[in-house]
Amino acid sequence: MSVPLTLLGLLEREPSHGYDLKRNYDAYFGRGKPLPFGQVYATLGRLARDGKVVPGEAEPGAGPDRKRYAITSLGMAEVEAWLAEPAEAEPHLQTVLFSKVVLALMLGRPAERYLDVQRAAHLQRMRELTEIKRKGSMVDLLLADHGLFHLEADLRWMDMTSARLGALAEMVRGS
Amino acid sequence: MSTASRSAAPGHGGYLIEARDVYRSFGQTPALVGASLTVARGEILAIMGPSGSGKSTLLHCLAGIFTPDSGEVWFDGQRLDGLSETKRTELRRTAFGFVFQFGQLVPELSAADNIALPLLLDKVSRKTAYQSAADWLKRLGLDELGARRTGELSGGQAQRVALARALVARPKVIFADEPTGSLDSLTGEKVMDLLVSIAREEGTTVVLVTHDARVAAYAGREVIVRDGKVTVLSEAEVVR
Repeated sequence: MSVPLTLLGLLEREPSHGYDLKRNYDAYFGRGKPLPFGQVYATLGRLARDGKVVPGEAEPGAGPDRKRYAITSLGMAEVEAWLAEPAEAEPHLQTVLFSKVVLALMLGRPAERYLDVQRAAHLQRMRELTEIKRKGSMVDLLLADHGLFHLEADLRWMDMTSARLGALAEMVRGS
Repeated sequence: MSTASRSAAPGHGGYLIEARDVYRSFGQTPALVGASLTVARGEILAIMGPSGSGKSTLLHCLAGIFTPDSGEVWFDGQRLDGLSETKRTELRRTAFGFVFQFGQLVPELSAADNIALPLLLDKVSRKTAYQSAADWLKRLGLDELGARRTGELSGGQAQRVALARALVARPKVIFADEPTGSLDSLTGEKVMDLLVSIAREEGTTVVLVTHDARVAAYAGREVIVRDGKVTVLSEAEVVR
């Protein structure tokens, strides 16, 4: 999963301090693997250097960094491109797709459309593997089967997620 | 989301089938609410979607089995929903072939009888009809089973007979609704392989309803039906 893009997405929702970003990241995307503070600030530093976020003035208070970061138009364009473009269709994409769906809902973007585009990318890869099965050797066939079953699992997850988008949106927007 | 098809005049521009803004309800329950779709000649198209999304209703409208409450369905330059029931029946017999999950064969008749039946109904001579049936039985690897009653066949064998019956009149379109739904994975794969191989050799258009992504992967393109509407992605959105 892309930590910089996820943090950018969270910043598009609202300007935030590093601490708030970490807390939000851990709540939605950490899943037992909290993001170290050091990585948050290092990532924000790189994003600021690349013109994708801008830090505000330092605010009084305890802690290492009391700057509130805001996303720039360049950063927003990067988030939009990332969300809209399907990930390369390979098995075990669940964490990336999950992040995209949750962020899209947080930002009021068309999550269902993104899932449809991703579904099309998966099916295209499945078509390629099916052709390999039809023309290849038994070894090719078995390898293609393995890929097909994993891609199918991702697709089933996408179908279930599509069916649950309404409830997920309520949860994400209510938080 | 674009729900409109990219088309010029109905039935032209290479499209063999076109549905335009089709509505169809069953009592108070809407099944299709403005469904639009195009199918090119020789294309193998998968219609996917959740249970109850309207995908089978759409297939039945495209095949002239159901008449839309409103909207248009075009086939090969003629408006299907405007034809009389007699003409639609004739079209279904001569230009369309059907493969369903089960139930399309007459179990008391032999495999050869079932395959010859569409030709006999079309007044083809008995000799020619049974010769064609024998040819298709051989092509589908069933030449040993011609005399066997279809009620005694395995699911995979019966579905291959159903495929032969759908193809024997050399239809322009095969409409298939969950054709592998009652089969195990390996047998389903063999049936799909046969269907796709023959459709490509014969240039037959196939419209396939399935909820199974591995079956849809045999098609050249897929559309999703959701809440009675067809979702069509733009070319820019689809990575090919």
